[in-house]
Amino acid sequence: PLICKFPLTAPSFDFASDRRCTSGDSSSTTTGSASPVPNSYESLEGGSYSGTSLQSPPAGVPAKLAPPFGYNYPTMHPAYQQNPAPKPDPSPSHGGYNPPGYQPYSQVLTLLSSALGGLGGVSELEAETLRPVNLLQERNILPPKRAPPPEPNLSNDLRKVNCSPDTFRCTLTNIPQTQALLNKARLPLGLLLHPFRDLTQLPVITSNTIVRCRSCRTYINPFVSFLDQRRWKCNLCYRVNDVPDEFMYNPVTRSYGEPHKRPEVQNSTVEFIASSDYMLRPPQPALYLFLLDVSHNAVESGYLNVFCQSLLDNLEKLPGDTRTHIGFVTFDSTVHFYNLQEGLSQPQMLVVSDIDDVFIPTHDSLLVNLKESKELVKDLLNALPGMFTHTRETQSALGPALQAAYKLMSPTGGRVSVFQTQLPTLGAGLLQSREDPNLRSSTKNVQHLGPATDFYKKLALDCSGQQIGVDLFLLSSQYSDLASLACVSKYSAGSVFYYPSFHHIHNTAQRQKFQKDLQRYLTRKIGFEAVMRIRCTKGLSIHTFHGNFFVRSTDLLSLANVNPDSGFAVQMSIEESLADTSLACFQAALLYTSSKGKRRIRVHTLCLPVVSQLSEVFAGADIQAISCLLANMAIDRSISSSLSDARDALVNAVVDCLTAYRANGSNIQPSGLIAPAALRLFPLYVLALLKQKALRTGTSTRLDERVFSMCELKSQPLQQIMHMVHPDLYRIDNMTEQAALHLNDSVIPQPPLLQLTAEKLTREGAFLMDCGSVMYLWVGKCCNETFIRDVLGFPNYASLPSNMTEIPELQTTYSERTRAFISWLYDFMLTLTLMQLFFSRDDASTKTSFFQHLVEDRTESAFSYYEFLLHVQQQMSK
Amino acid sequence: MEAAVFISSLVDCCALIFLSVYFIITLSDLECDYINARSCCSKLNKWVVPEMVAQALATVLMLVSMHWFVFLLNLPVASWDAYRYVKVPMGNMGVYDPTEIHNRGQLKSHMKEAMIKLGFHLLCFFIYLYSMILALIND
Repeated sequence: PLICKFPLTAPSFDFASDRRCTSGDSSSTTTGSASPVPNSYESLEGGSYSGTSLQSPPAGVPAKLAPPFGYNYPTMHPAYQQNPAPKPDPSPSHGGYNPPGYQPYSQVLTLLSSALGGLGGVSELEAETLRPVNLLQERNILPPKRAPPPEPNLSNDLRKVNCSPDTFRCTLTNIPQTQALLNKARLPLGLLLHPFRDLTQLPVITSNTIVRCRSCRTYINPFVSFLDQRRWKCNLCYRVNDVPDEFMYNPVTRSYGEPHKRPEVQNSTVEFIASSDYMLRPPQPALYLFLLDVSHNAVESGYLNVFCQSLLDNLEKLPGDTRTHIGFVTFDSTVHFYNLQEGLSQPQMLVVSDIDDVFIPTHDSLLVNLKESKELVKDLLNALPGMFTHTRETQSALGPALQAAYKLMSPTGGRVSVFQTQLPTLGAGLLQSREDPNLRSSTKNVQHLGPATDFYKKLALDCSGQQIGVDLFLLSSQYSDLASLACVSKYSAGSVFYYPSFHHIHNTAQRQKFQKDLQRYLTRKIGFEAVMRIRCTKGLSIHTFHGNFFVRSTDLLSLANVNPDSGFAVQMSIEESLADTSLACFQAALLYTSSKGKRRIRVHTLCLPVVSQLSEVFAGADIQAISCLLANMAIDRSISSSLSDARDALVNAVVDCLTAYRANGSNIQPSGLIAPAALRLFPLYVLALLKQKALRTGTSTRLDERVFSMCELKSQPLQQIMHMVHPDLYRIDNMTEQAALHLNDSVIPQPPLLQLTAEKLTREGAFLMDCGSVMYLWVGKCCNETFIRDVLGFPNYASLPSNMTEIPELQTTYSERTRAFISWLYDFMLTLTLMQLFFSRDDASTKTSFFQHLVEDRTESAFSYYEFLLHVQQQMSK
Repeated sequence: MEAAVFISSLVDCCALIFLSVYFIITLSDLECDYINARSCCSKLNKWVVPEMVAQALATVLMLVSMHWFVFLLNLPVASWDAYRYVKVPMGNMGVYDPTEIHNRGQLKSHMKEAMIKLGFHLLCFFIYLYSMILALIND
């Protein structure tokens, strides 16, 4: 008898959602509303009617136009470039190995392809991505360089203006036409966004009217069609709109009558300067409040020294203008405020001991203008570490301090940075220690992944409503219930940072990480009182959101603060068939106030082809995006149901997908595990996910570290997640100039990527592992002395110190080459990466971290890669 | 005696119908953005326990007066109410949580649940009405 392959109780991700589409944006448009004063954020973004403008055409207003960003970025990895020049490869057939995305066709095929491009025939690219790979036999599955994101199968014109995949990425670059087709492919459909990413070139539009569709309020973008000179058709709802007069004039070329040459229609990432229609209140100034734990525990760990020094160094670089305000609140068992009024000779401390009903002692001078009171602020920062050295207070009243911060900031909004070193034990929001140390390596369910109390969630919602973002820095050595504390950042669009076992003397690695993170945190760009809306072509709808924000309504996300280091993910379903369109478009619009008090709208638009064949869906699968989306889904599942359900669902995702591929293909069943080339890294990435701290079982994992790993997986942008989950491993002691990059007079060697297994490590080499936020350099015992001498600066292996964290700047070619390579890797990282060097003989903790990243190896509680493939094969044949 | 039982369960059922309608109206207000998530959820959470109590009352009445069929009809709904109430994770702000309600299609599933309950209560209403009339006639 045929046993049902996936019994109803087997957890699997429900990729389909039967949510009925609430037609278009009926809930969020104020169509034809005459009221000029917006009274809610929905109507703000859903829009005021851009009626007839009474201003004269912007004859003298130049639109700041920059060449399309990213395409000319000189130091970009060639694999990431958006316009790969077709390589005039003499041999048309690709023997051996070619990573997907490279188009190794000859000149003739280039012409043919571009002529046929977008017409839907099987292109060279598609044939390459559908090439069947037998995973059990292919030992070297990694491409020599990190694979670029797959290119959608669009015509060259559209491809040139399409949104950069670093900003906006879809799990399937070929969108299936119907929900049934999507279900057949057994892959999740979703988008991964990084909307506020640091950009080198960003076209900023300063025109008076922002052209938007009248019904769905989509911003005009490069994928609309102009019916004639005066009318344009929206690509999301197909409504025909009029082109306003001002739009007919192109200030860049000073020509009239060519609306399709305007910068809004030539770039898929633009920034508009928003008029007062887009403001609920005058744009707020930058307000920064620092909430510091000064209990005995905190002073012992010494974080205050590091923090105060870092803030003193970066005081000038805090984003803002002359209206920037700053304030400090410290707390232990009572809450202390500091009066920094300009004119006082020194800062004055005010203590509020009634923590059950915290009140603000004075109204004016607790949050002061940074420029005016700079001297007092500096005095305070210099004095703060010394003020509490003899404290005996061991309790921590975090809840009341947060309430006080809320009261202080609610008139204007801003950012609160909370530094906590222990479990809050006093006042509202006090938490109990819930972790049982004996259950750290349990293979059964992990408890207490969700919050214990709704205090922090409620507070986060209050803060979000008042445009206050709360960032949390947890520097504790014991269990501090991060699962509950992190809620205060999750729903107020803040970030969470965790430094387990922080100590400013004994744990130099954590201290350096803290310093680097603080430097980035204090100086990075910030946007206030932001909302984001993601619109899709008619027929697609978004049903689940992942990331740190508050979902205000069906597709409006409220972000009190927006920062360039956070990423978001959404899942979509196909409500209606997309059979009558050949292109599906997505637009993310982020409305925010810059730190200089300017209201801006950043718009990203992505266009993807729609396909009707299952093989094309597989050909366009973006495996990195799929893995990240699955990670988000797994974390949601582990909190709402259980960790083992989430792990089973991840394995089932691989099994289902490969089964669907096998069922679709017409080849005879060979023995082996066949996957299309586009998905060949799928089992490897899923195995790496299963071995992450967030999802692993059987290995001793502290609960806070697990919860922090979950927070990171849900809030980081895609590149960070992929580096964290599947780091890059290179051998650097024998790098050659072969195939090196030549940039800016420096030669950057390109060693090949190695698989993450101890098999590839050897005692005679030195290996670099790039994990995104941290880099490990492992030097083998018998590594050649030239390397140790020329790059690390020591005569032999035995003389290497045990806690090196930097590569010294030596004048040898080896050293220059190595440093060039490492700084080239740094350039891709958002945060300043921490380099940890360690050597095979010592420092147990970094050694375990290094070896834990070797995901293809077997551990006492987890499969090796080959065993995992066999397991998948076995599940598939059930 | 029979009539009294059915009259009280009829009144109880009316209350439950009004509650379901209130839930549906509030949820559709949220869908159309007339109110925000927090006020919607606090309104609904306020009435979750009274609804559960009313449903339990109807079930117990039927049990006590030994009308087994109607009792078995009411039991699943009462137990579902209780299960839903008990299964709320500790960190959530009640059965209706404003941070989650727009995510994961929860709004739609709550709406569906409220509609099903409304249909069920209407069915029960007519059952009680006829039973009450029968009981009054037989008295």
